[in-house]
Amino acid sequence: MNSKYETVIGLEIHAELATESKLFCRCKVGFGAEANTQTCPICLGMPGVLPVLNERALEYTIRAALALNCEIPPYSKFDRKNYFYPDLPKGYQISQLHLPFSQNGYVEFDLERERKKVGITRVHLEEDAGKLVHTGVSNSSNMSYVDFNRSCIPLIEIVGEPDLRSPAEAIAYMRAVKEILEYVGVSHCNMEQGQLRADLNVSLRPRGSSEYGTRTEVKNMNSFRSILAALEYEVERQAQVLDSGGSVEQETLLFDEERGITMSMRNKEEAHDYRYFPEPDLVPFEIDATWVEQLRSDLPELPLQRRERLQREYGLSADDALALAATRQMADYYEACVSLSGQAKECANWVRGDLSALLNETGQTIELCRATPQHLADMLSLIQSGAISGKIAKTVLEKMFHTGRDAKSIVEAEGLTQISDEDQIAAIIDDVIDSHPGPADDVRNGRLKAIGFLVGQVMKATQGKANPRLVNELLRAKLLG
Amino acid sequence: MMPRITMDEVLRVAHLARLEFDDTEIEVFTYHLGEILDYIGKLNELDTTDVPPTSHVLPVCNVIKTDKAWDSYAREVVLENAPSAEEGHFKVPKVID
Repeated sequence: MNSKYETVIGLEIHAELATESKLFCRCKVGFGAEANTQTCPICLGMPGVLPVLNERALEYTIRAALALNCEIPPYSKFDRKNYFYPDLPKGYQISQLHLPFSQNGYVEFDLERERKKVGITRVHLEEDAGKLVHTGVSNSSNMSYVDFNRSCIPLIEIVGEPDLRSPAEAIAYMRAVKEILEYVGVSHCNMEQGQLRADLNVSLRPRGSSEYGTRTEVKNMNSFRSILAALEYEVERQAQVLDSGGSVEQETLLFDEERGITMSMRNKEEAHDYRYFPEPDLVPFEIDATWVEQLRSDLPELPLQRRERLQREYGLSADDALALAATRQMADYYEACVSLSGQAKECANWVRGDLSALLNETGQTIELCRATPQHLADMLSLIQSGAISGKIAKTVLEKMFHTGRDAKSIVEAEGLTQISDEDQIAAIIDDVIDSHPGPADDVRNGRLKAIGFLVGQVMKATQGKANPRLVNELLRAKLLG
Repeated sequence: MMPRITMDEVLRVAHLARLEFDDTEIEVFTYHLGEILDYIGKLNELDTTDVPPTSHVLPVCNVIKTDKAWDSYAREVVLENAPSAEEGHFKVPKVID
């Protein structure tokens, strides 16, 4: 990137709330249902119907806003945003412009060991639009098809200040917001299902300037990979425009994933003439301060605080804390393991390492994991007592993970107990030395590297069950006297 | 006196509302809308310094419903109202987005 310019990025993040029913009607909220099977006259925008606000959507909005350090004004209302698009059956979206449910917040996160703070202008509540389907339906080359299942699903919009100074910072910010929403349990944030999306506002200005340059807005991005690609492309594109003496046009863009470029979207003359006015079909809302304080005190410990505490209480590295507190469930699991086993570092290694690998392989989430914290703690105590080796423990964990049986019964049933009997090991060592005289001589002649090979042979002969420390000691004693 | 609304403004609003009018109609509507604005303009004579902005005419607040899902409408019923439908979808002229 051209160092003449400073990059200025602000994100508008949309998150679908994890309610049971839609924002203004009683249709079910759910992904993957057959097209147009979760609709009714209200979410289809039929004339004469009246919306009524979903109380849980209101509660989730306030909860999210509090977790994002926002103020909650005592009085709010909805506004009508007018525009025509086939996914918007009423011809307007019920949203909030003036008097939103929250404002003036911020998010803090760490990027490469540096603390960043990004302002949140507001968090407001609105209804999602339907979905345009262009593929998978016959004859879709001439026509578009609309599925209104998504219409009227509660959506919060988190409007961020233009405080981000690089694409990498924007990604870190978005991750931080996603983690917070997941921690407070208001959204599933499944990006592939469109539950978390972002509009990207990008501009450049000469380094040292305090005025913002003209910005463009890239709409509706729902993967971290494409957000990063779109931001990097747009920053480079604007730099080239400015370098060639041109000026950036304020416009709405779409990112073409396949070609990796941004393209102009709709007629900008119309784009921002939404003719907002107070929504007459919904009465205003007085937000009770006592209720807000109750919601505030019910908030869980948030990701940043939790990571700091994990480092402080358990002596974890920043990397360990970062990984283990990626979700609240993972952090809960880890802390349960530590409190049962008392082995903070060991738990971190197993949860981050083998357990996470198994979860990734199987696509499972940790809260449904059949290997419970108790199972893991039992396994660690078997390692500690020398009953099994760390290597065998990997097998034990895998079996616990797939069967839900406890470590001890797996070890007994499968005969995995570590061999720590010196005579038994010594006998096996003699066999190994007899069948591998070359490496044995190497060791005797001082080429100690060969000892690893012999240890390996002993482990192989015992299916990994020999106590590796003992094998090492006995081999050395035998060969080096 | 400046007209309260110009023909250009009426044309623009008509365009935003996807309404099409001929020249005579535009002239008539410009006149009528101007009269309405004149009438409403009377309110400007009031001193509203100490009057808080009204965001709703009803003296009611906090109307909410519980978060319980009910059965939705059957798809056949829903699509009966569609100007055009195919394979369970509403069908509309191609939009590029």
